[in-house]
Amino acid sequence: MSELIDLTAAQAADRIGAGEISPAELFETYRQRAAANELNAFTWVADAAPDGDGYAHNTPLGRVPIAVKDLFCTEGVPSQAGSRILEGYRPPYTATVVKQLAEAGAPLLGKTNQDEFAMGSSNENSGFGPVLNPWDRTRVPGGSSGGSAAAVAAGLAPWAIGTDTGGSIRQPAALCGIVGLKPTYGACSRYGMIAFASSLDQAGPLTRDVTDAALILRHMIGRDPRDCTSLEYPGEIELPKADDLNGIRLGVPEDLTGAEGGVEPGVRDSFDATLKLAEGLGASIEACRLPHAPHALSAYYLIAPAEASANLARFDAVRYGLRVGGDEDLATMYSRTRQVGFGSEVKRRIMLGTYALSSGYYEAYYGTAQKVRTKIAEDFHAAFEQFDFIVTPTSPWTAFELGAKTADPLAMYLNDFLTVPMSLAGTPAISIPSGLSDGLPVGFQLAGPAFSESRLLDAAYALERAIGFDGSEARA
Amino acid sequence: MNATAGKVEYEPVIGLEIHVQLSTRTKMFCGCALSWGDPPNTHTCPTCLGLPGALPVVNERAIHYGIMIGLALGCEIAERSLFHRKNYFYPDLPKGYQISQYDVPLCRGGRLGEVRIHRVHLEEDAAKLNHLGTSGRIHGSERSWVDFNRGGTPLVEIVTEPDIRSPAQAREWLILLRTTLRQLGVSDVDMSQGSLRCDANVSIRPAGRPEFGTKTELKNMNSFAFLESGVRAEIERQKRLLDGGEPVVQETMHFDPRTGNLTPLRSKEEAHDYRYFPEPDLVPLLATEEMLAAASADMPRELPAERASRFEHALGLHADTARLFAFRAELGDYFERALAAAGEDGRDGDHRLEPAELSNWIGPLVERIGSETDPATSKVTPESLAALATMVKAKEVSRDAAREVLTLLVQEGGDPRAIVEREGLGAISGEDDGLAELVDRAIAADPAAADQVRGGNRRAIGPLVGYVMRETKGRADGGEVTRLILARLEANA
Repeated sequence: MSELIDLTAAQAADRIGAGEISPAELFETYRQRAAANELNAFTWVADAAPDGDGYAHNTPLGRVPIAVKDLFCTEGVPSQAGSRILEGYRPPYTATVVKQLAEAGAPLLGKTNQDEFAMGSSNENSGFGPVLNPWDRTRVPGGSSGGSAAAVAAGLAPWAIGTDTGGSIRQPAALCGIVGLKPTYGACSRYGMIAFASSLDQAGPLTRDVTDAALILRHMIGRDPRDCTSLEYPGEIELPKADDLNGIRLGVPEDLTGAEGGVEPGVRDSFDATLKLAEGLGASIEACRLPHAPHALSAYYLIAPAEASANLARFDAVRYGLRVGGDEDLATMYSRTRQVGFGSEVKRRIMLGTYALSSGYYEAYYGTAQKVRTKIAEDFHAAFEQFDFIVTPTSPWTAFELGAKTADPLAMYLNDFLTVPMSLAGTPAISIPSGLSDGLPVGFQLAGPAFSESRLLDAAYALERAIGFDGSEARA
Repeated sequence: MNATAGKVEYEPVIGLEIHVQLSTRTKMFCGCALSWGDPPNTHTCPTCLGLPGALPVVNERAIHYGIMIGLALGCEIAERSLFHRKNYFYPDLPKGYQISQYDVPLCRGGRLGEVRIHRVHLEEDAAKLNHLGTSGRIHGSERSWVDFNRGGTPLVEIVTEPDIRSPAQAREWLILLRTTLRQLGVSDVDMSQGSLRCDANVSIRPAGRPEFGTKTELKNMNSFAFLESGVRAEIERQKRLLDGGEPVVQETMHFDPRTGNLTPLRSKEEAHDYRYFPEPDLVPLLATEEMLAAASADMPRELPAERASRFEHALGLHADTARLFAFRAELGDYFERALAAAGEDGRDGDHRLEPAELSNWIGPLVERIGSETDPATSKVTPESLAALATMVKAKEVSRDAAREVLTLLVQEGGDPRAIVEREGLGAISGEDDGLAELVDRAIAADPAAADQVRGGNRRAIGPLVGYVMRETKGRADGGEVTRLILARLEANA
């Protein structure tokens, strides 16, 4: 059994294809591990392997089961977005990317825990309890896709998908020592993703290695007629094969990685060591400027809550989900339901967003934030004229202890300092494990221009091989 | 207000906000069919139910219709317009926001008739609430149900400039708008079913003053008559306030058609900060050259406002008649067919039928078939109406006899000439000996009247003419009879 869970998803798919292992055996192995749920990574686990007839034998994803973040709607299966207000909610339809993955041969293993409505960086905001980091169970796995990250790192799932709004794939991937990729905004359909901030939310893979990420991303992309912000992806996602970085120009944005970013010494060391490896592989490394990027966090915490305040208005106790009261007047039913159903971080952001959109404040807050967003996108555009990729640590810190930052929302928000700029710019970015600091994983982030996923995966693949990170400890 | 306040003449200033449900096959942002009268909540999907994760996709047909309406109203069509979220909580609004257009609408400016258009934009309709209880409104109802079949129906909102000056004008203009939209084929425009809904902004000001008074918004006027009576009632209410020295308060008034009363909506129901912001789930709406060309190609040849103008100026119809025929297209269509038939009749000179003369026969026809009936569905063909009018013009039948013929035509159809023949209703002319004899009998029957006429009192001729008309059962021409009587009395004088 331990041999099975040490296989990457791509390796497992190959073995299944070769008839060496049975898909049912693989599914059951992971199903049992997921159901044991020692990390509280899952909110729902399938009862049994899906009927074999439901999946063609020669599928691109080899019938290797997948863990899906709770906020992806899955027909007939609890889809609660980590919120008590949706407790027990089973949607009548399935999100496009989940459907595409199932059709490509990745059956649903389970739904993973997350920060409520993807609002958080530690998974402590889940309505269903925090997820534990498999490297150290007193620490957070990161968030908001913390359940997906912990499940993949701990070998409870071969691979997983999550969503990234300001770092919610990359940061937990970094803190759990796995690969996480946020695609170009519009590359994957958002249809069926319970929305946090519509103009930022993107689905993406969380995987054991870069190859797995490429393999799964291939089947996530594409224009969906049900999501008019999705785009026809130019070309295909290639499986990575580069073994060097010859001619690749890496830009290190001092605006982010300097003193202001608050990067921990251990994270800094791992980052510098990775840059050395990259140089050794033939890359050139230079400082670059993203002058507006330090303002990204401020802009993000206006834009995302503003959109969220509208996106979360539908949870009104009328049609589905929690209802508290209802025998009194309408306003009382609304307010009591939302008072009980939403956690404090969600309430904080609804209030922030409502305020930012209010008459008389719109221009000063939301309007200004949108202008900053445009400036940041222009910064990235200019930087990519000179550089192939921009590289930073993924998170300023390694996994912190549960409860360490819950009392200080602003300190918690700083988790996203290095990941939010790419979200606002809509550009793709990948986090790969670059090593350990005091026994905890450190993430290395590469960001590229829009639709550069294949090149980004190639570069990440070359670095991954040079780094030789061993994540087996988290599966032990 | 001072002591003379009661004598102030006020001028009403009225602007309308009209919501039109488009008659597309599917809803504004999803593929659910539009329906009417189906069991509740049978035309729903994740998108129009506002389920978590569902996304809107714009209905291209609704855009097409929106552009057609913009073209018909002479608006400027924006190359790029935006959808916004209009945020408020209500059970008929499943997402907690309505997708609408805000500061960058599809159409701006324009004019229909004498009223300028401010803007035209696209949005989605709310679901339908049904309340158990006597109030008929959510407040005070025991229980409420939501039917999402209507939710997400494409709506066009048309906002006029405050160019309307009377309740009657408001009603007539709304009828023009309805006819225009009906002719475009973009909506059922039925006020009783809610596919055409009208709110009015009403204020009054001392006549001649340029500045506007404080306006109120009137809702729920669900027929043309209610629009007129509601606006009239509100104008009267405002006059009473101002005359009594009270200010008009800016508020929303609910019109109750049963009582004709206006009651302010609770301030809680209207105190909204809608927190508009661009809808991130949709991309900007681009009206391409191709889309404009496609909309132009689908436009009718002549819209009602143009038709009224042609009826009045090219055909010489009375202005009111011209508008009536244009705004009630079925009357205009019937009239034009009759006019074509009259032209083919080939009469010329003095007997050539003028369009205005023909138009005078539409009214009597409508009286006989009922004002709601399309004359094309009656037994009277446009050709026979034209023939009848032509016979009157040629004095082959008197006006009174022709009305009798028309009554028979409405009952049994057929050829008016044959009816005249059969019923012996042909005109009796002055050369007819019988008519001269009748004139003599009339004079003999009422010598006093005859004496008065001889004495110069022309008005006394009435009973004499009446005698002849009675005896001929209206077949004689009244003017001819008058002439004959005068000639006879003068000859004997």
